[in-house]
Amino acid sequence: MSNVVRVQMENFDLNKEYNRLITKNSTCGAVLLFSGLVRDFIPPQQLVSLELEHYPLMTETMLENLSMQASVRWELQRTTIIHRTGKLLPGDQIVLVGVSSAHRTDAFEAAQFIMDKLKTSAPFWKKETLKPNPDSKPESYWVSAKDSDEQLARRW
Amino acid sequence: MIKVCFFADLRERLGCAELFVQDFSGENINQLKTFIVKQHPHWEKIFLEKKLLIAVNHAMASNDTAIVAGDEVAFFPPVTGG
Repeated sequence: MSNVVRVQMENFDLNKEYNRLITKNSTCGAVLLFSGLVRDFIPPQQLVSLELEHYPLMTETMLENLSMQASVRWELQRTTIIHRTGKLLPGDQIVLVGVSSAHRTDAFEAAQFIMDKLKTSAPFWKKETLKPNPDSKPESYWVSAKDSDEQLARRW
Repeated sequence: MIKVCFFADLRERLGCAELFVQDFSGENINQLKTFIVKQHPHWEKIFLEKKLLIAVNHAMASNDTAIVAGDEVAFFPPVTGG
């Protein structure tokens, strides 16, 4: 069992993360990578950038706990959670959850569990800078937490 | 002494990222809030917000969580990562 947690400004490489998740002894039957991207709005509203703040140390602790909880609940081989911070642009990769296991159901469920819990318990906050229309000045807002995310986290 | 941190929207509204609370003789988060509000009366309304989350030493906590000198307490709005 090997869990990796990284909170970083830099981008991440999906190929590299995929290869790390595969165990060498060929018992790995499923690798699942989820990558979340910074999404733009529907025109004419336009996202200029996103600023991600976090609570250093607590974020890492919470993400390590999530990996551990998932590893207790499902038969996993390796897990990876990467979350970026700082300024991001539309289309940028923001989060990665990777899981490897012998069987696909463990991988699918564990990755979904980690993402659902990450969204409602890891101390990250997004601030959006957007243009309500192409001619307006950019305005910044803190993103509000969604009830739908809370509901998804409660199913586990 | 207790280190208190504020994040995101809350940090901006208070105009304060962290403060060090001295001479606190209470036992829990609720009492710490009252203590801080006495020193910063204009923060009262913000501290009474139901949605405010609390962490003690990097673990989620609640208003009745016990605290002692040397602890790190954080207040923040609901999280929006991922």
